Amino acid sequence: MSNNKTATNVDTTKEAKSTPDKHQPWKELGLKLEEYDEIKTILGRRPTSAELAMYSVMWSEHCSYKSSKIYLRQFGEKVTPEMTKNLMVGMGENAGVVDIGEGWAVTFKVESHNHPSYIEPFQGAATGVGGIVRDILTMGARPIAVMDQLRFGAPENSDTRRVVDGVVAGISFYGNCLGLPNIGGETVFDKVYQGNPLVNALSVGALRHEDLKLAKASNPGDLVILFGARTGADGIGGVSVLASETFDSTGPTKRPAVQVGDPFAEKVLIECCLELYKAQVVAGIQDLGGAGLSCATSELASNGQAGMRVQLQNVLLRDDSLTPEEILMSESQERMMAIVPKKDKAAFEAIVNKWEVEYSILGEVIKEPRLYINWGDEEIVNVPPRTVAHDGPVYDRPVAEPKYQKALNKNTTKNLAKAETPEELATQLIQIVTSPNQASKNYITDQYDHYVGGNTALAMPDDAGMVRVDETSSLGIAIATDANGRYGQLDPYAGAQLALAEAYRNVATSGAVPAAVTNCLNFGSPENPEVMWQFKQATAGLADGCLELGIPVTGGNVSFYNQTGDTAIHPTPVVGVLGVIDDVARRIPSGWQDAGHNIYLLGTTEEELDGSVWSEVIHDHLGGLPPKVKLQEELKLAQALQAASVQGLLASAHDLSEGGLAQALVESTTRFNVGARVYLDELEEKNKISKTAVLFSETTARVLVTVGREDDVKFVGLCEQRGIPITRIGVTDTEPTLEIQNIASWPLATLRAASEATLPELFA
Amino acid sequence: MKIGVVTFPGTLDDRDAQRAVRLAGGTPVPLWHADTNLHEVDAVVLPGGFSYGDYLRCGAIAAQAPVMQTIIEKANQGLPVLGICNGFQVLVESHLLPGGLIRNENQHFICRDQILEVENTSTAWTNQFELGQHITIPLKNGEGGYIADSETLKRLEGENLITFRYVDVNPNGSMNNIAGLRNERGNVVGLMPHPEHAVEAGFGPDMPAAMRSGVDGLKFFTSVIHSLVNA
Repeated sequence: MSNNKTATNVDTTKEAKSTPDKHQPWKELGLKLEEYDEIKTILGRRPTSAELAMYSVMWSEHCSYKSSKIYLRQFGEKVTPEMTKNLMVGMGENAGVVDIGEGWAVTFKVESHNHPSYIEPFQGAATGVGGIVRDILTMGARPIAVMDQLRFGAPENSDTRRVVDGVVAGISFYGNCLGLPNIGGETVFDKVYQGNPLVNALSVGALRHEDLKLAKASNPGDLVILFGARTGADGIGGVSVLASETFDSTGPTKRPAVQVGDPFAEKVLIECCLELYKAQVVAGIQDLGGAGLSCATSELASNGQAGMRVQLQNVLLRDDSLTPEEILMSESQERMMAIVPKKDKAAFEAIVNKWEVEYSILGEVIKEPRLYINWGDEEIVNVPPRTVAHDGPVYDRPVAEPKYQKALNKNTTKNLAKAETPEELATQLIQIVTSPNQASKNYITDQYDHYVGGNTALAMPDDAGMVRVDETSSLGIAIATDANGRYGQLDPYAGAQLALAEAYRNVATSGAVPAAVTNCLNFGSPENPEVMWQFKQATAGLADGCLELGIPVTGGNVSFYNQTGDTAIHPTPVVGVLGVIDDVARRIPSGWQDAGHNIYLLGTTEEELDGSVWSEVIHDHLGGLPPKVKLQEELKLAQALQAASVQGLLASAHDLSEGGLAQALVESTTRFNVGARVYLDELEEKNKISKTAVLFSETTARVLVTVGREDDVKFVGLCEQRGIPITRIGVTDTEPTLEIQNIASWPLATLRAASEATLPELFA
Repeated sequence: MKIGVVTFPGTLDDRDAQRAVRLAGGTPVPLWHADTNLHEVDAVVLPGGFSYGDYLRCGAIAAQAPVMQTIIEKANQGLPVLGICNGFQVLVESHLLPGGLIRNENQHFICRDQILEVENTSTAWTNQFELGQHITIPLKNGEGGYIADSETLKRLEGENLITFRYVDVNPNGSMNNIAGLRNERGNVVGLMPHPEHAVEAGFGPDMPAAMRSGVDGLKFFTSVIHSLVNA
């Protein structure tokens, strides 16, 4: 052992008792005076420096959810027994687990890595993927796919390229090396994210019911084993320093604190863990992410209602000069902590040795609910683990509707100029579909492996990603994620529901049945009452929406402090919906593959242009109210799609959202180079709306479908019977042209080339 | 027919290669990098991935693994070996095939459905294809640019060792559009694209007929079974 055992000034519990008035850097570590006093009350003395490090990092916003907790509770409260009956593990664990039938369960979660990805885009994004994948692995699951939700600053800003290049390369590098297919995600550009890019990563894993693992240490005598990469100086203080403070150019210089990832080590760790699970030698398991050992030890003990005795000098180090406090706070990646019964020690060692993974036994589980950590002979931590891991501070922060809100909502698109002539409409259509947010994302997604695993049934640019879970039965899952910060800014309650509705609809268009929800709530500073109001509205909207749609939230993540100076990002609640499909062969493509099919628009189109892409691209305008939320219509629509899919009536289905019908038509035709002749006059007359709204309105609960002639009568009957508004708007065609009657006609090659050129022109 | 699929630490497509063997009618046998025993397999697949983290050079460390010592020895005696992507890099590092593979010309990892032309059907892994046939195989690599000195290139062209060439798009800047090679004997074939990802309708590359319906990769595996049966 080469640890720094000679460190002189180790602050022990004995020392803490004898020097009650010693000054401690609680403030620098991000604690408030009341919080520091609370720690002293819990311990009956001042904390040692190691304890202070643990509490400060575990009580940071990022780890403790202290500002969001009172709102997150409603995800567990606004539920019916019907909604939770398939939930094997709900919120609070590393990730929620959903029973999908046939003895299978899936676990999925989305998490942010926003602040590190701004400082060091490549490593920030890479370790974001690594962290979420370990969360999934911790539940006993084999990770089977990843997705990412990216938001960058204005494309023309010179700093955006640095962030885009780094983030995409980081995700590509880490995800591809892990052997996980990247099946979808989002890429959005908006100047509100300039100094605060959002890098959210989602992972999903599959497990047999009996393989479920929990992060708890409950049996006294079990060994506490740290394995995987060695512990180094990376990410020290990353959690509290990076996630809890706003970037401020006038503040003190922060030591670079972003972790560095090694996907090779993680890939080996995944296979090693899965083999450990299979051998049933692990009683509890926890990954080491934010807050490192502080988090893993206290959470395992707290979850197991037990305690732990740990010898910190047994931790294998990359850097011998690390102090005990730094070892406790290190966020070195690719590490796991296992709770192993003594009788299984030899079997455990055989497996980790096979994978050439290093490990060290740190200590053992004890009955007394107390966490003791020693540095050699000196006791440096002696705390009730629950007070570190779960009973942190909870704040009910002030909320106030933003002063600008009413004026913003009054400033609608009503008086914005609308195109009068076919030429103008045609020009606007091209402007919209080639704008950076609407253009093809191939430049980015072509850098991700979506084949590995051999189970990918749908991936970008389809509405949802879909993977097969069971090769024999073809049981599978679909996932879609969505968020629209512009809608959120106009109305955060509706904004969250619109994100939910879109993800729900995307899953339904794939042919899967929506089953569960995860979220990543990206907001500004919770200390700003106006941001807190947005957060309160968004969480209420999401919880109410999930209740109405009958699908539970299984977990999620909150990222606050996404702001530069006083300017916060738009409220950006990323919502992920997971669906189940009994046979992935039944999946519905989003692109058109055959000529001669009827094209139908399901749903009603209204004059809803506030917050739309049209208002942004054509008029650089944001104001008014977002499209109406129509959850009952979404439900009916999803059920109709489901029924049509089971009967095999649909050749394709594509959801309408940002960019409206125009965007969906361009995407559906260019996907497989199958043209269409489309006529929109009936839509205009029937819905009494402008031509601009016909093409670009973002009314919800709408889906574009194509149906073969032989299924036509049946499908139309199915929709009419269910009260789904249905309008035939055209027919697919062998001619590779998109013709919108009385407006314009474009060769598909032209449309595709224009759409695919945008991102390379900006970033290649 | 027993076909071994090697797993190095960092191998990613081993389970996919095993599935491909199974779908072709063979019996996949997992082989472990640290084990010199090939368990009497009739052929070997070196699948894709990032063996040993691609440290040093892609495939360089794997080429020194215990299992490779046996594979090199047997390959020189005629054992059919297919190297896919990282497996191709391992074959090159093992000197079972000439040349080298460098970072893609555009510096990015690339994942796309790639059309290849089959230029040689007299190998253990290509005998079920038609000469000149165009096949669609997913390609996904960061370091797939094939290079060789002019002498070697001349020999590859002259001796008809180029087995696959990229059609329409050269995705990684490979010299002479080289996507894959064979050795003189035809038992060893290496290529950057991934045939094991084009073996099952619904999960393969997009084809004109239907989305994800491409199964051109299956013929690599039926070819080797065919050549073993008729050996």
